[in-house]
Amino acid sequence: MAKKESTFKNMTIALFVITAVAGFFMAAVYSVTKEPIAISQKAKINNAIKMVVPEFETITDTVLMPEDGTDSIRIHRLLKGTENSGVAVETYTDKGFSGRFTLMVGFTPEGSISSIEVLEHKETPGLGTKMALPAFKDQFKGLKIADLPDGKLKVKKDGGSIDAITAATISSRAFCDAVNRAHQTHRKGEKQ
Amino acid sequence: MNQFNNLSKGLLRENPILVLLLGTCPTLAVTSSAINGLGMGLATTFVLFMSNVFISVVKDFVPDKVRIPAFVVVIASFVTIVDLLMQAYTPALSNQLGIFIPLIVVNCIVLGRAEAFACKNNIFSSFIDGLGMGLGFTLALVTIGSIREMLGTGSIFGHKFIAEGADGILVFILAPGAFITLGFLIAILKKINKSS
Repeated sequence: MAKKESTFKNMTIALFVITAVAGFFMAAVYSVTKEPIAISQKAKINNAIKMVVPEFETITDTVLMPEDGTDSIRIHRLLKGTENSGVAVETYTDKGFSGRFTLMVGFTPEGSISSIEVLEHKETPGLGTKMALPAFKDQFKGLKIADLPDGKLKVKKDGGSIDAITAATISSRAFCDAVNRAHQTHRKGEKQ
Repeated sequence: MNQFNNLSKGLLRENPILVLLLGTCPTLAVTSSAINGLGMGLATTFVLFMSNVFISVVKDFVPDKVRIPAFVVVIASFVTIVDLLMQAYTPALSNQLGIFIPLIVVNCIVLGRAEAFACKNNIFSSFIDGLGMGLGFTLALVTIGSIREMLGTGSIFGHKFIAEGADGILVFILAPGAFITLGFLIAILKKINKSS
């Protein structure tokens, strides 16, 4: 077949056919993969909840908008039978070294932090990624944010109590910011 | 052209990163560890040979004046499909590489090969060219990633070989380290090519 000439008609037909075929294939792949993607994302969230608050049986969730945030935050209330076994809060910060990252923060019924898991992040490998290691995140365990001076977590450089990761103070600050936001939203949720 | 030459030219003689200097932006961004380089390289290889094959199929049908928009649509569609399939069936891998996959669209190697090779050659040659270029890209990314990971964090493919808690030379996992490593590799390859 000879090369088509660049007439208006030929160009229109060629582009129309290519975009139509591409659109059709993407729609097909999207509809096939929609369900597995939803399932795997749900499994990821459920895994993170299990990591931060191990003993629970049922999850009920609410979505709230924090006072200082730009996006809503999902709070998972965890029940064992009918008893409250704590909450897991899906929180985020926009102050990360490479933009937004998300955390799952678990609170006990008494309001202290039970554990923290990193959900998604783009921090620098070898520096900011150390926030997912126990050496950093375990210092938050058992802290009750409401009892801290100012009612906020801060790194030592800013006059707080958290040891920042060496050479990753920005990531450490952002981590504190996300946990503070989780705490604040959780308190707001309790009042309602 | 001989098919073996066609395949091997992408590895060293016309390596997309170290010789053609195409796609240096994703190269500098993702090579902070060897495994990132490998994942990005393989995903790009897949998109590269798929788009090369498809473009060489439709090359006679597309008029010259609109070939670039047509190629861009084809490449972007393949990238989207790869991204969706990875999210659905290999969620663990997709977690690792999720942010790099959309970057393949802006990788000029893919469009470069479509324009320079696939739209002038037959399907089989285009397939081989895509494969060779993709493997060359992967090889360069893994090499740069390994060097940066070894010097920067003292580990290789995530396995640490220096004392626990010790740090490497931090500059190598930051952006300047990528430039330094790439510069030295290009210099070494130039020397080898010149002497042979």
